[in-house]
Amino acid sequence: MILSMKWLSDFTDVSDVSVKEYCDNMTLTGSKVEGFETLGEEISGVVAGRILSVTPHTNSDHLVICSVDIGKEDPLQIVTGANNVFAGAVVPVATDGSRLPGGIKIKKGKLRGEVSEGMLCSIAELGLTTHDMPGAIEDGILILNDCGLKDAQIGADIHDVLLLTDTAVEFEITSNRPDCLSVIGLARESAVTFGKELNIPTPSFGEDANDGDDIKNYLSVNIKAPEHCMRYSAKVVKNVKIAPSPLWLRMRLRASGVRPINNIVDITNYIMLEYGQPMHAFDYSCLDGSHIIVRHAEENEEYVTLDNIKHNLNSSMLVIADEKKPVALAGVMGGANSGISDTTATVVFESAVFHPGNVRRSAQTLGMRTESSSRFEKGLDPENTISALARACELVRELGAGEVVDGLIDVYPTKKEAVKLLLDADIINKFLGVNIESSRMEEILLSLGFGVEGNEIIVPSWRDDVRLMPDVAEEIIRIYGYNDIESTVDRVYGTGMRTPSQAFEVRLRDMLLGMGLDEIQTFSFISPKFYDKIGMKADDMRRNSVTIKNPLGEDTSVMRTTVIPSMLNVLSDNSSVKNRDVTLFELGTVYIPTEEGKLPDERRKISLGFYKNGEKGTDGFYRMKGYIEALTDIAGIDNVKFESCSEDAAFHPGRCAVVSVNSRELGIFGEIHPTVAANYGFTEQVYVCELDFKTLFEEKRKAVDYRPVPKYPAVERDFSFVCAESLEVGAIAEVMKAAGGRLLESVELFDVYRGRQVGEGMKSVSFAVMLRDPEKTLTDEESDKVAEKILKALEEKLGIALRA
Amino acid sequence: MKEKLLKIAEEASSAIDAAGADLEALRIKYLGKKGELTAVLRGMGALSAEERPVIGQLANEVRAKIEAKIEAGREAARARELEAKLASEKIDVTVPGHKTPVGVMHPISLVQRQLEEIFLGMGYEIAEGPEVELDYYNFQALNIPEDHPARDTQDTFYITDNILLRSQTSPVQVRTMEQKKPPIKIISPGRVYRSDAVDATHSPLFHQLEGLVVDRGVTMGDLKGTLESFAKTMFGEDTRIRFRPHHFPFTEPSAEVDVSCFACGGKGCRLCKGEGWIEILGSGMVHPNVLKSCGIDPDEYSGFAFGMGVERIVMLKYHIDDMRYLYENDVRFLHQFK
Repeated sequence: MILSMKWLSDFTDVSDVSVKEYCDNMTLTGSKVEGFETLGEEISGVVAGRILSVTPHTNSDHLVICSVDIGKEDPLQIVTGANNVFAGAVVPVATDGSRLPGGIKIKKGKLRGEVSEGMLCSIAELGLTTHDMPGAIEDGILILNDCGLKDAQIGADIHDVLLLTDTAVEFEITSNRPDCLSVIGLARESAVTFGKELNIPTPSFGEDANDGDDIKNYLSVNIKAPEHCMRYSAKVVKNVKIAPSPLWLRMRLRASGVRPINNIVDITNYIMLEYGQPMHAFDYSCLDGSHIIVRHAEENEEYVTLDNIKHNLNSSMLVIADEKKPVALAGVMGGANSGISDTTATVVFESAVFHPGNVRRSAQTLGMRTESSSRFEKGLDPENTISALARACELVRELGAGEVVDGLIDVYPTKKEAVKLLLDADIINKFLGVNIESSRMEEILLSLGFGVEGNEIIVPSWRDDVRLMPDVAEEIIRIYGYNDIESTVDRVYGTGMRTPSQAFEVRLRDMLLGMGLDEIQTFSFISPKFYDKIGMKADDMRRNSVTIKNPLGEDTSVMRTTVIPSMLNVLSDNSSVKNRDVTLFELGTVYIPTEEGKLPDERRKISLGFYKNGEKGTDGFYRMKGYIEALTDIAGIDNVKFESCSEDAAFHPGRCAVVSVNSRELGIFGEIHPTVAANYGFTEQVYVCELDFKTLFEEKRKAVDYRPVPKYPAVERDFSFVCAESLEVGAIAEVMKAAGGRLLESVELFDVYRGRQVGEGMKSVSFAVMLRDPEKTLTDEESDKVAEKILKALEEKLGIALRA
Repeated sequence: MKEKLLKIAEEASSAIDAAGADLEALRIKYLGKKGELTAVLRGMGALSAEERPVIGQLANEVRAKIEAKIEAGREAARARELEAKLASEKIDVTVPGHKTPVGVMHPISLVQRQLEEIFLGMGYEIAEGPEVELDYYNFQALNIPEDHPARDTQDTFYITDNILLRSQTSPVQVRTMEQKKPPIKIISPGRVYRSDAVDATHSPLFHQLEGLVVDRGVTMGDLKGTLESFAKTMFGEDTRIRFRPHHFPFTEPSAEVDVSCFACGGKGCRLCKGEGWIEILGSGMVHPNVLKSCGIDPDEYSGFAFGMGVERIVMLKYHIDDMRYLYENDVRFLHQFK
């Protein structure tokens, strides 16, 4: 809502307050100011002048020399290229040193040898349009004679001549306050904010003409959908003379950001701005019959709006119709079939209130939010229609725009009842934590238009947002001053602790950072094409994603079921800008669909990913495995298994593993399949892992049970075997552990060797085995016995023997 | 003989001092089996019984002195040797260290954790809830009726008519109040979704952190006090806050909260666009309808709620002018947040 300060002054006088102070204080009482603009502030040094003579320029056939009287002793000589100047024309004159919109400075100079002491201005040069100045032309000097300003005082500042003397303040009005989308509403707030008188005259329809004519001769109104039309009031104006509105009215509309059109349309806009009541004017001659019907549209009924766009309506939309056709889409926009034209002779002014939700749905369905619909959808006051209509009639008379026909149509199916609320100062003070006298509360409420009767208050009809105690409290405290509330501290108890799972997440994040991984955050939604990009099989369950009905685009249309594409995207983006050796992690969520109509299962995933420029071979795999082992280690999990996996097409089939903890699958990791890597434009090896946070957390060791540090020494035995390349060292270690029994403390691989000595397809593996008896020092005999058992088991189960 | 002994002592002493490294030769020369001292002692037989112990003692003293002197000389030689060795081992300390990689937290996580720590310290607990949420929790229970503009599909991502991507973390408040009776003191950080195309100041996904306190006798003064102490901890001890009346469907009274600009202290600068204040929060007293829909009697209990956008604070704090950087994850960007 843009407010003309001049318009405001019709209702309350805040002239002793600076604009800055006005804006600040209005914001602090709840009418938020976005900014303000002083109209014509870019113009200075422009005055009204009268052209005394026009003579040809000797050195140019398109320039002329004007002698211009600007009320000084000597006239100015001004050279112009415009061809619409004539002696006697009253024109805006930009004098030497003047300024015009766009930062233009006008200086005295010479044009083809002739002195020019300024410039004559066009409307565009003054920042105006032909809508602001009907009668003016676009490409020529603004001839004020053509705009009803031939009597402008010569030498007067152009601001005063064109009434560019206003300040426009832009408010951001919250949706609960449609009453403030009006000059009167803001005047009330202004008066309360600055402690000023508020003076809202009661508009009058004026005296009846008593010419025997009555609105009944023109119109009857039938509301067929009273649930969606709370009130319908109308007046008829005959002998209409369509003409431009007077300058003062045009300039008020202009200051409010509304384009002047003609007197009748301008009146409807003026009323909407002044009273917050959208009005519609339609050409009576366009009606079929004399019946106005407020009804729902037929399904697929065709309707062309004023802006000449054809719409197909549906049966929930409310229309204003004559006997044959809709003439307006209720509360949204009038029809092209009945709009005001230059030849309109009889006008129907509609001042009605429609159901907010209905207007909103209609406007939304047709994609046409208008000044009118945006007011109706917030809920307007049906008690306001008559005042608005009366004020429109006042303006018709004032502007001489036509003759108001006697009689009023006013269909008001259910009169709105006043709402009464209890005013309990004690409860309000306790709720707010303040101590305001009940008399002060009453004073504030009265100034806002509330009534006070004993301990009850009567809510004004335009304040549907005030229904409960906290609503009243807000009214009081916003005027009293939010910032005058004393700050206190609540005594509400809370533990101030993270839950174990939240604490574990903090721990994991810190650990990953300490391990040198950088954290990323990626979008939770991805493109379904990303599943193809990571080579996901057509029948993979993970392709079943939660799908957004109204996505911004395909790239963000499904909720991810895996974090791997997000990680690969980020790695690929970094690689493409030549960032070297990037190692990342994300704690991200995936969304696994459950039953139809139920919420998905949201699971936190730990995703790790990296590439190292120039790295070849398998180092990356074991580096990734090392990260994972560190994570399971910090979780205190002993039973961690890695199993080779060649099923997931995102990964290199020979360099991928599934990791499980305590026999529960934790996740998958490995080198990205070269085909997938190529899809992302990688030239390096890329390693990625996805682990399930919840599984890791649930399998995390819950309590530490202390065990004494061993008292007796351990015996270390080293074993080397030659075995087939395909035999996994994990399998060898498993057999050793099982065979070693109680005395075996640990098995550790310390060397793998491949080479000529061991032969093609074979490898030599070396383990260090620690043996320890917690009760006593092991004898050689005892440890030999364990070693024998281990070797025997290896021989039997895996067919391998000590390296010769 | 006595004179001989003293002479040997004197000679040996100066010889050792002058000898430098070759002390073994001197030891042999004076103390060896064929050494000078031994030679003198051999002539002891010619002495009288009275003289013998006197000279013997002197001889022993001379021997001990020479031995000590030689040992000291050896010690000094070893020290010199070590010193020379260490000197030869001097390295260039300006050669860079072996790099230990240190990861950086994403700026959103960094600020989110900082916010969490502040409220944990004030006794809050952290509540979590689903991002894919029921319409009921995101809107209806929050006093946002069917036809409220906030429900426009252009603002909210829908999965079905009934399921959507939460547009705020407030549904977590409702879920918490449904599950738990007052006293309630929680924050709910997390991702929220709005149908805004990506540009410098918009993202279809961002993070919020909301707070909720419900109990008997909770006042708007408590809300103000809470946000004041939050702002001072987050933005500095001199920070002031300003409440502006506003409208949210789920709180009444509602307020937008500004903090005095932490760049200029309120004088007006580029960061605060000359205002001296920066809008940072929305807040208010929990609407009675919201309490009621969670089964809490608004006549008995009251509460306050507040919410802020994490990205907004990140951007203000680090002077980031384009929100897109936050989700591009270019390590050259990330590495700045150490």
